[in-house]
Amino acid sequence: MLRYYLKLGVLSIRQNPVLSSLMTLAIAIGIGACMTIVTVHYVMSGDPIPQKSSQLHYVQLDSWDPNSPANEPNDPPDQVTYLDATALLAAGEARRQAVMYRSSWVIQPEGDDARPFEADARSTSRDFFAMFDVPFLYGGPWDRLADDNAEPVVVLGRELNEQLFGGENPVGRQLRMNGELWRVTGVIDDWMPVPKFYDVTTGAFNDVEALFLPFTTTIAREVYNSGNTNCWKPVPEGGWEAFVNSECVWMQFWVELEDRAARDAYMAFLDGYVESQKALGRFPRPLNNRLRNVNEHLAYQEVVDDSVNIMLVLAVLFLVVCLLNTVGLLLAKVTRRSGDIGLRRALGASRRAVFTQYIIEAGLIGLSGGVLGVLLTWCGLQGIRVLYRGLDFIDKLARMDWVMVGAAVALAIVSALAAAFYPTWRACAIQPASQLKTL
Amino acid sequence: MLSMQNLSKIYRTETVETHALRDFSLEVAEGEFVAVTGPSGSGKSTFLNIAGLLEEASRGRYELDGRDVSQLDDRARSRLRNEKIGFIFQSFNLIPELDVFDNVDVPLRYRGFGAKERSERIARVLDVVGLGSRRKHLPAQLSGGQQQRVAIARALAGEPRFLLADEPTGNLDSQMAGSVMDLLAEINAKGTTIIMVTHEPALASRADRNIHVRDGQIVEDQAPLGLAAAAGG
Repeated sequence: MLRYYLKLGVLSIRQNPVLSSLMTLAIAIGIGACMTIVTVHYVMSGDPIPQKSSQLHYVQLDSWDPNSPANEPNDPPDQVTYLDATALLAAGEARRQAVMYRSSWVIQPEGDDARPFEADARSTSRDFFAMFDVPFLYGGPWDRLADDNAEPVVVLGRELNEQLFGGENPVGRQLRMNGELWRVTGVIDDWMPVPKFYDVTTGAFNDVEALFLPFTTTIAREVYNSGNTNCWKPVPEGGWEAFVNSECVWMQFWVELEDRAARDAYMAFLDGYVESQKALGRFPRPLNNRLRNVNEHLAYQEVVDDSVNIMLVLAVLFLVVCLLNTVGLLLAKVTRRSGDIGLRRALGASRRAVFTQYIIEAGLIGLSGGVLGVLLTWCGLQGIRVLYRGLDFIDKLARMDWVMVGAAVALAIVSALAAAFYPTWRACAIQPASQLKTL
Repeated sequence: MLSMQNLSKIYRTETVETHALRDFSLEVAEGEFVAVTGPSGSGKSTFLNIAGLLEEASRGRYELDGRDVSQLDDRARSRLRNEKIGFIFQSFNLIPELDVFDNVDVPLRYRGFGAKERSERIARVLDVVGLGSRRKHLPAQLSGGQQQRVAIARALAGEPRFLLADEPTGNLDSQMAGSVMDLLAEINAKGTTIIMVTHEPALASRADRNIHVRDGQIVEDQAPLGLAAAAGG
């Protein structure tokens, strides 16, 4: 019977082109507006590393001012000091751990015509790549010795490799940065976690850095960070040495903990570490450490802005308004066709059969509304790109994947079915004799 | 075959109560051709609707083919309607967007027949009504008489035991009306019970039995004069 109902649905839509088009349009506009915002929200609030997000934890230690918290109401600073980052790394209490900060470099390509250019780098430890499942196109991360000996080695991003080596395998080749030669150990493949969870302090939707360097090497070369630095007391005189030994926070620290027990054990370790530092006169505030997994950390950092949440609610309300219009149009359509319902009932159709027929017809309208809605969503996202073209991350946010296309069509069909439910049920509940009088 | 005992039908609004049928009792035997006459508002159509399970009586007992239908749920009533009853309406009530074949197909679809059986049945009934060559025509492409023949074919396709006809010739000229009546007589002769509501005494006279309804009650129940004379003589 499904094919029969589909055929009747198509015939009915063709018989009432104006009403059917209005319903399709109402659904499509609602879906288009709603899905445009939902898509942006979905990309912003998505889990950037679902296979490991519950195992990766961001460390926050409350080394802040005893008189006021780093973040209201009583949260520790968003980053850690160099002293603490290196101490935690050296302790090696987690399965894997990565210290990191962002730095800026001048790259001098080979060739007389090539002009130097600036590139963002992430200074980190080698576990970074394994922890965050970074895919490699060529080679791999530097080895442990490179970390230990502060060797000048580098992992390139795919784009930079295209730019410098024409996309060929550059492993073993050298690259001149800040006047020094660095050996390439690997090239990462396309990797663009959205949000860029591992360092939201420099923008949750910014691009992944162009290259990766051992943090020991950049520290040895006294390379300052190009991200945020926050200090609760003045940095003492004394240049680099004073800076790295200060209470300023400027590094991020991540650990990989396989389960709840490992998380509890690491938390106990952090508390023990802070207690030991208190004995040395640091950490003047009460014990107040945090260990948040990826999604907890993104929620805490409010990566999805409140304005986006408000827009999402408004978009859903708009969809509801469109659906209410569709309910009205369907009521008109079903009322106009009550004679057909009565006739079919007289010829032996049960209420259920007629209800199914009309619901399937509504589903067809929903399907066409969904397809048109996807098109309008695409237009909406293009509009957002144009509107915010100054933001370099907008391309990442305003894009649809197949999940969202499927969701848009499914939402349209469900919406149409929901809109059709009441008018159809009402029409089917009427005695066929009175409907036949309308013929 | 059809047995109605003390049926009443009352329509109520907030201010008015209308008795469409009052203590209406009727027995129709298998194979009868019954004509129901009466003035407008006498209750003829209400009787036909209740007989065809299109609405329910307010009171009384109605048995169709030995089965009390008053306690049946919608699904069972629909099934009974589909299997045992065929409807013919004054204004044909064909579905305009469906061609002749698909219009006749409608009750068979709800019956759950397979494609082959449906096709055979449709071909057979269209031949019976003389429209075998018009199966791909839309209703708008047919004359009134032809449309009513399609409606009759649709009513006959499921081989019902009952045919309920509401003014079947009301929208036709006398020539076409005569041809439709001939067809109904032919169908009745093959054993199908027919109950026909009509205003026209000439058409009623072709039935085996005439029932006259007034104010929701049967006031007369007799064989037409010609038939009575034949039976008596």
